Amino acid sequence: MDFDAIRMIWLRDIIRHFRDKVRLLGSITRPVLWLLIMGTGLRAAFNMHGISYTHYIFPGIIAMNLIFSSMQSTISIIWDREFGFLREILVAPIPRSSIVLGKALSGATVAFIEGCFVLVFAPVIKINIPPVNLLLLLPLIFFIGFVCTTLGIVIAARMTSFEGFGVISNFVIMPMFFLSGAMFPIDNLPHWISFVIRINPLTYGVDLLRWDILGMKIFSFYVDFLFLLIFAFIMLGIGVFEFSKTN
Amino acid sequence: MDETAIKVKNLSKHFGSVTAVNDISFEVEKGEVFGFLGPNGAGKTTTINILCTLLVPGGGEAIVNGFNVLNQPNEVRRSIGIIFQDPSLDERLTAYENLDFHGMIYHLPSRIRKARIAEVLDMVGLSAKKDYIVRTFSGGMKRRLEIARGLMHSPKILFLDEPTTGLDPQTRQHIWDYIVSLSRDEKITVFLTTHYMDEAEICRRTAIIDHGKIVVLDTPAALKNKYGVSSLNEIFLKVTGRDIREEGSDEKERLGQFIRARKKLR
Repeated sequence: MDFDAIRMIWLRDIIRHFRDKVRLLGSITRPVLWLLIMGTGLRAAFNMHGISYTHYIFPGIIAMNLIFSSMQSTISIIWDREFGFLREILVAPIPRSSIVLGKALSGATVAFIEGCFVLVFAPVIKINIPPVNLLLLLPLIFFIGFVCTTLGIVIAARMTSFEGFGVISNFVIMPMFFLSGAMFPIDNLPHWISFVIRINPLTYGVDLLRWDILGMKIFSFYVDFLFLLIFAFIMLGIGVFEFSKTN
Repeated sequence: MDETAIKVKNLSKHFGSVTAVNDISFEVEKGEVFGFLGPNGAGKTTTINILCTLLVPGGGEAIVNGFNVLNQPNEVRRSIGIIFQDPSLDERLTAYENLDFHGMIYHLPSRIRKARIAEVLDMVGLSAKKDYIVRTFSGGMKRRLEIARGLMHSPKILFLDEPTTGLDPQTRQHIWDYIVSLSRDEKITVFLTTHYMDEAEICRRTAIIDHGKIVVLDTPAALKNKYGVSSLNEIFLKVTGRDIREEGSDEKERLGQFIRARKKLR
């Protein structure tokens, strides 16, 4: 592990993130749109066993900001390749694993900030999160952001163009978001959909968040946690492999 | 102590059916300024990419500062500094941040980093601009900053891939004076490519590569003598012919295509 390299890659992405005002604005408007408009609009149509629909989707909106944010962070990899900065990093005497880990941590940090921003709306829609749960929620948000970023790294590392990344990330983000239980319950669905749901890491992320915030869950904490952990390790492994290619 | 900085033996590289580098061998001595010339697509950049560990050799061997590029890439990376053909700065960061981050990934302690940054900024005359975002720099300033960055970690060997392309004569002169003084005063080995043959005159020796093969290799004076001409340019045209060469689209070109495609969509 090369801590200098991890720190450099992390710090650079964080500085760049905070200089990009448009992106900051996007992370603020996205949850407002979904939570307040969709949540309020669809409230009447859904009967959630005594729980308000806006409450039900609240953890899902956090997950949404996490997946959007982390995918967006990893675009920087393609950007760096196009503008040549990636070569500056690749010719430096640092292990490829540290490059990937630095990227994953910076993506997770940005996702964490954007995920936590959604929490501001908790009082607005009258969700009360006890302090102990809130304390656990923060590392959970970071962890889920980290897992999503590792997936983004693998996609970005294989992409050679912005267009391709746009297509793929939409192709990945939207189904991942909708088939994660973020917006509607995932029991009583056709067999093939429930298979997709079960291999979707975001399903387990949403489950963790909903368990902590609303006390509702489908899987046990350990199933959620282990699935996400193993998923992240596999993605990091592929990411390091992709960055080590020299053909 | 071995007096060779770079030793290349029977090096080859193929991309699919295309042969970019075809069984080349040469040596660069420590402290010498070595010119690596050739038309577009001749194999210059591929060779540099192999020497700086961005590509693995397809065949043969490349030793840089005594380290094998294949088995000891990190040792090679520590020994070299590179100024790429296409800019590789982070344009959203300030000049200072670009240098500071470079120092970090080359493991310079923060105190030394600070001192080195001041030193190299002064060398390229950018001290006053250190807190400006690189995006606001002119082409020449960016190039100077890249050279400063390549020298930050005091490399033994400096690779310069067309460092003066697109610069005005004043900036070009300034950069070459500086490179010559580096090799003279700091004993840095310089491996450079350029399309400006007059610039190659400062090299102690030059090689001309074409279609992946080294066609000639000697001192500029000896080459002129051999071909009975007065300039490197004439030699270049003599040995590589007058056909205009094609090259794969580079990054800037692809980005241009991307921006045009985006505009069309709107």
